[in-house]
Amino acid sequence: MTSAFVEIKNAAKSFGKLQVLKDINLTVDRGQIVAIIGPSGSGKSTLLRAINELDPLTSGEVWLEGVQINRKLPHRQYEKHVNQVRQDIGMVFQHFNLFPHLTVRGNITLAPRMLKGLSEAEANKLAEEQLTKVGLLEKIDEYPSRLSGGQKQRVAIARALAMKPKVMLFDEATSALDPELVEEVNMVMKQLAEEHMTMIIVTHEMDFAASVCDRVLFMDQGVVVEEGPPSVIFKTPKEERTRNFLRKHLARNGG
Amino acid sequence: MDFELILRVYPFFLEAAWVTIELSVLTTILGLICGALGAAARMSRSAILRAIGATYVSIFRGTPALIQLFIFYFGGPQIGIQLDAFEAGVIGLGVNIGAYMAETMRGAIQSVDKGQTEAARTLGMSRWETMRKVVLPQAMRMMIRPLGVNINALIKGTALVAAISVIELTYTAQRYIGSTYKPFEMFLLSGALYMIIIYVVGQGINWLDRKARIT
Ligand SMILES: Nc1ncnc2c1ncn2[C@@H]1O[C@H](COP(=O)(O)OP(=O)(O)OP(=O)(O)O)[C@@H](O)[C@H]1O
Ligand SMILES: [Mg+2]
Repeated sequence: MTSAFVEIKNAAKSFGKLQVLKDINLTVDRGQIVAIIGPSGSGKSTLLRAINELDPLTSGEVWLEGVQINRKLPHRQYEKHVNQVRQDIGMVFQHFNLFPHLTVRGNITLAPRMLKGLSEAEANKLAEEQLTKVGLLEKIDEYPSRLSGGQKQRVAIARALAMKPKVMLFDEATSALDPELVEEVNMVMKQLAEEHMTMIIVTHEMDFAASVCDRVLFMDQGVVVEEGPPSVIFKTPKEERTRNFLRKHLARNGG
Repeated sequence: MDFELILRVYPFFLEAAWVTIELSVLTTILGLICGALGAAARMSRSAILRAIGATYVSIFRGTPALIQLFIFYFGGPQIGIQLDAFEAGVIGLGVNIGAYMAETMRGAIQSVDKGQTEAARTLGMSRWETMRKVVLPQAMRMMIRPLGVNINALIKGTALVAAISVIELTYTAQRYIGSTYKPFEMFLLSGALYMIIIYVVGQGINWLDRKARIT
């Protein structure tokens, strides 16, 4: 037994002829926070989406707490299996993907009510708890169209947390936000970090990654070029490609 | 313009309009059922069902509705299916408009952002739960107007059943022309009644559409 909580072994993924992930290995311990950085098209989203089977791997394995996520099973059993394991994996998208026909409450309670059989009262209590956590309790009966981008993303986080996931995946959760709204979402993520939520965070925000993450992975062209603690990756990276990427990134962001 | 004649015959036209309304309602119901089944088949995971759905749509959109009607009415008895003219009319027009409605429904469902499905599946919801609770409620709102267009076409299309002697508006106009030799008045009268029906239905669709948008 290792302490590995999330484990990705020899992950490879192709879209047709295009090989997007090449032999990637990654282990994340319980409570660890890992950032994935890298240029556009390097396969960061694909790797994240492989973890919950949104984009299943071509080969390799994904494990969560001793359970293989991407088991090869006959269709019916496979569907049951992924529907089960996905409940343990929260995901937050760049474009929020809130359900526009449901209120904030409806967004948060839909899956817990349907999948965990919560009563209406229990589900309401859960929604209130999660919204309090992200500081949006007063918006509980609003529709998503009436929220700002930052508020939408915080509701999306609350929706994912309501399933009590074991791990949270963030795919550029702040990239679609106006700059002044980024901080409120980062605050929520920092708070999750303090509560020792296991997180894998794809991000372009190096400062944020440096301040909350235990480890940083630099990906390029479908491989993990270099990984280590943020102090090493951001200050004294060994690989030329990492240095280049960070230099260009800093130049572009005026840092 | 012979107003006296119009006043004399219009009660018979009202009766015929009622038949047109009955035809339209039944055809709409059958069309919605065929449309839903057709759309489901076209989006199914099973290749066989997809092929069946695609064949249905291309046959019924790719041939004249009049021919389809004739096949149901005149061809039916030959293979042991006896339908009276009204039944053949409802089935022929319903199955025909269903092919158009299937495409309307499929279009609306597929226009729901893929991120919606991903978000629901990520929470652990099954394909069917996602369809029912996330995709369909959004697609329904989007399909009201285009289905209204299908229904508009269907109401006008009911005129075709005059060709198999269902005594509806168009057939009635033709019959009275035979005895009065006043085609202008007779067609004007039936046209006006079609227009009223279509106007009322159009208002109904608008109302539904507005109602679906509030929230
Ligand atoms: N569904 C798909 N079908 C075909 N190609 C895809 C698909 N999804 C991603 N790709 C390709 O895979 C490669 C990696 O994409 P991915 O989205 O993982 O990159 P990324 O690192 O997340 O980039 P970004 O920073 O722009 O989000 C790209 O070349 C992309 O075009
Ligand atoms: Mg990406």
